[in-house]
Amino acid sequence: MADAEGVKHRQGDSPIEVRFRGGGFAPRSRRWVGVAVFVVLIALIQWGTETGWISALTLPKPTDVLATFGQLWESGLLFKHLQPSLTRLVIGAALGASTGIAIGVLIGLFSYVRAGLVPLVAAIFPIPKIALLPLFVIWFGIDEGSKYALIAFGTFTPTVVATYGAVDNVDRSLIRMGQSFGLSWSSIVRKIVLPGAMPGILSGLRISLAIAIILLVAAEMLGAEYGIGAYILEAGSLYDLERLFAGVVILSLLGVLVSAIIGLIERRLLGWRI
Amino acid sequence: MDIRLDAISHHYGATEVLRNISLDIPAGEIVCLVGPSGCGKSTLLRFIGGLERPESGRVLQLGTPPEGSLNPLTFVFQDFALLPWRTVKGNISLVLEDHGIRGARAKAIIDDVLNRTRLADFADALPKQLSGGMKQRVAIARALAVNPAVMLMDEPLSALDAQTRELLLDDLVSLWTRQPFTAVYVTHNLAEAVRLGHTIVVLSRRPGRIREIVSIETPIDQRRAGDPVCQQKHDLLWELMREEARAADEELIDG
Ligand SMILES: Nc1ncnc2c1ncn2[C@@H]1O[C@H](COP(=O)(O)OP(=O)(O)OP(=O)(O)O)[C@@H](O)[C@H]1O
Ligand SMILES: [Mg+2]
Repeated sequence: MADAEGVKHRQGDSPIEVRFRGGGFAPRSRRWVGVAVFVVLIALIQWGTETGWISALTLPKPTDVLATFGQLWESGLLFKHLQPSLTRLVIGAALGASTGIAIGVLIGLFSYVRAGLVPLVAAIFPIPKIALLPLFVIWFGIDEGSKYALIAFGTFTPTVVATYGAVDNVDRSLIRMGQSFGLSWSSIVRKIVLPGAMPGILSGLRISLAIAIILLVAAEMLGAEYGIGAYILEAGSLYDLERLFAGVVILSLLGVLVSAIIGLIERRLLGWRI
Repeated sequence: MDIRLDAISHHYGATEVLRNISLDIPAGEIVCLVGPSGCGKSTLLRFIGGLERPESGRVLQLGTPPEGSLNPLTFVFQDFALLPWRTVKGNISLVLEDHGIRGARAKAIIDDVLNRTRLADFADALPKQLSGGMKQRVAIARALAVNPAVMLMDEPLSALDAQTRELLLDDLVSLWTRQPFTAVYVTHNLAEAVRLGHTIVVLSRRPGRIREIVSIETPIDQRRAGDPVCQQKHDLLWELMREEARAADEELIDG
């Protein structure tokens, strides 16, 4: 179609407007699209379950899930579950991410540390951390210790990999500039390497923190009376789909929240990017 | 403070880059380095600035740097090398902070160098908001802030368009006339060399040796386009460079 038109214009020698082919590749804030996708999806499921097109055993009715959620809220059970989960998540992720960033920076800066630790990290990375839960229980006890450890350990490896990659990618000419002005080693690290690595570290954190939420549920599989994970597992073993989904929705909201917080930090810290 | 290069030679692996370069860079003068691509100009500049060490030969400082010079040997880079996350002001204070200069003292220096480079209105802008010519002016302001004894400039204007280059060249000339500084100025552009250089050192093709040293007596602020002396020097340099380029080509053909 377009070709035929182009040919016609060329024969007629009339000017044709240059086809626009720029644009794109520059993410812009279009938040309503995300909301719209959720709304359409949920509306579709609601319609399906009400008409019986989706059987009650396949998916619960969104309105029922909402009602369960409301009960959770009113009975105060929501916060009883949310509070220990959030504590575990914050403490575990903070431990894992901060040691991960520290070790990652060290790997990025020192050849010996790199030679020593990169193979180790590569060896640890693919281990499903959930498989190590019994080990953590022995090491850190069945209480909170093992849960913090599991989340921290799971957050640690992706953070290390993202961080040393980010440090490697810092523009060498900027470091050279720092040296040429006689800046001290610590100034170069604090004022050039770390800010330069920040975009990579933050996008690594997005992934690490999502993994932390996944591991939160795994950690609460063992000996947790309260917690979103415990709630989901209990509902799952009873095939109580409404409660199961209410729990899953909480996890999703947690993911969205974490992602929004990182987005906020990025906007604050990385406004300098082109 | 003068700089003396004493029989500098260097290899990168099997490639001989520089051979036996001896040169004096007198205080208060601009020495331009020209030569075919890959002859080792940038390498020589890194040796002078102490960013790398030559295999043999030495770079010597003669005399002490002037009182108050924070960073005697200061680079101006071709790609500006500004920290994108710091404002214009922040990029300049970066090089002062390590010397313990903060607050009012830093502000006085920053204001002074920004005025000298006509950037006073852009103190709070981020590098992404500046044009290429302005970025290079910020880099020059940053270099001036540490009160260098010798400025080492590696093709500082070659990333810029012809008009901006012309304007910045005028800026450099007026900076120098107001307060003569010492500089080693690497360039591909003979017009720049003839405009700025008290002496122009022509390097041969790789391995770089000193092929010829041309001096221009005309005071820098009196040089104009079409000035017969400058034109004659320009032609002389052009001839030398062309021979080198031709010889380099023939070498390639002969294998
Ligand atoms: N770090 C390095 N390792 C290995 N070889 C290098 C290195 N730096 C430069 N070289 C080589 O040394 C030679 C001289 O390089 P240099 O950058 O000094 O040339 P130049 O005269 O500045 O060239 P141009 O005019 O293109 O900037 C080149 O052949 C280059 O490939
Ligand atoms: Mg070069």
